Amino acid sequence: MVPTSWYLALGAVLFAIGAIGVLVRRNIIVIFMAIELMLNAVNLTFVALARQLGSLDGQVIVFFVMTVAAAEAAVGLAIIIAAYRNRPTVNADELAILRW
Amino acid sequence: MGPLTFAVLAIPLVASALTVVVHPNPVKCAMALVSTLFLLAVVFVFLGAHMLAALQVIVYAGAIMVLFLFVIMLLNLSDDAADVRHQGRPLVRLGAWVGGGLLAGELAMLFLRVPFGAPAAVGNDYGGAEAVATSLFVDYLLPFELASILLLIAVVGAVVLAQRRAA
Repeated sequence: MVPTSWYLALGAVLFAIGAIGVLVRRNIIVIFMAIELMLNAVNLTFVALARQLGSLDGQVIVFFVMTVAAAEAAVGLAIIIAAYRNRPTVNADELAILRW
Repeated sequence: MGPLTFAVLAIPLVASALTVVVHPNPVKCAMALVSTLFLLAVVFVFLGAHMLAALQVIVYAGAIMVLFLFVIMLLNLSDDAADVRHQGRPLVRLGAWVGGGLLAGELAMLFLRVPFGAPAAVGNDYGGAEAVATSLFVDYLLPFELASILLLIAVVGAVVLAQRRAA
C-alpha cells in the first residue's frame, strides 16, 4: 500500500508544473491548459485525502471543481476567440490593451 | 496500489504534464494534457473514486479537451513558432523554473513528513455512483443547484462573447 502522502506529493509536483506553465508560456491557450493542470492537481489531493478519511465529501468537491472548470473553459475560450477577432494574436504579451 | 504501480503511473503522469508546459506546438500540448487526465483517472480508480474516474474521462478528457482542440484549430495555431520566440524573458523563465521547482520540492517534502496512518476502512460501494449521488443530492443539494445556475450563466456568456457583432 502506498501511503497517502505520496499522492499528495504527486499532486504538489503537478501543481508546480502547472504554475511554471502559466509563468513561462506566452500562448494564452497553453496558459489555459496549465491552469487545467493545476485544477487537476488539486482534484488529486482532494481524492487522496477523501480516501484517507474514508469520507465522500472530497469527491463531491472534486465534482464541483470539474463543473467550475467546464464553465471556465467555455467562457475563457469564448473570450480568446472574441479577443482574437479584435486582434489576431494569442500571445499574452501582445494582448495588453487593458493595461494602463 | 504498490510502489511499483505508483511509479508506473506517476512517472508518465509527470512526464506528460511537463510536455504540456514545454512543447512548442499547442496541439501536442493538448494531446499531452489528454494523456495526463487519463492517467489521473487511473489514479482515481486506485483511490476508490470510480465515479469520478468516469467523469474525468468523459468531461475532462472528452468534452473540455475537444473544446480546446476546437479553438486551437479554429484559430489555426498548428504552426506555433511565434510562441517559442515569445516564451517570456529569460530571467522570468529561469525564475519560474527555480521557483516552481522549489514549490514542488518544498510541498512534497512537507507532505511526505506528515505521518498518515492507514487509510480508513471503506465499504465496497465507496466512490460508486450511488454513494456519490447520495452525498451530492442530500448533503450538497444547494451547491448542486447553484452549480447548475453557474453552468447556465457560462453557456449564455460563451454564446454572447463568441458571437459576431451585428454590423
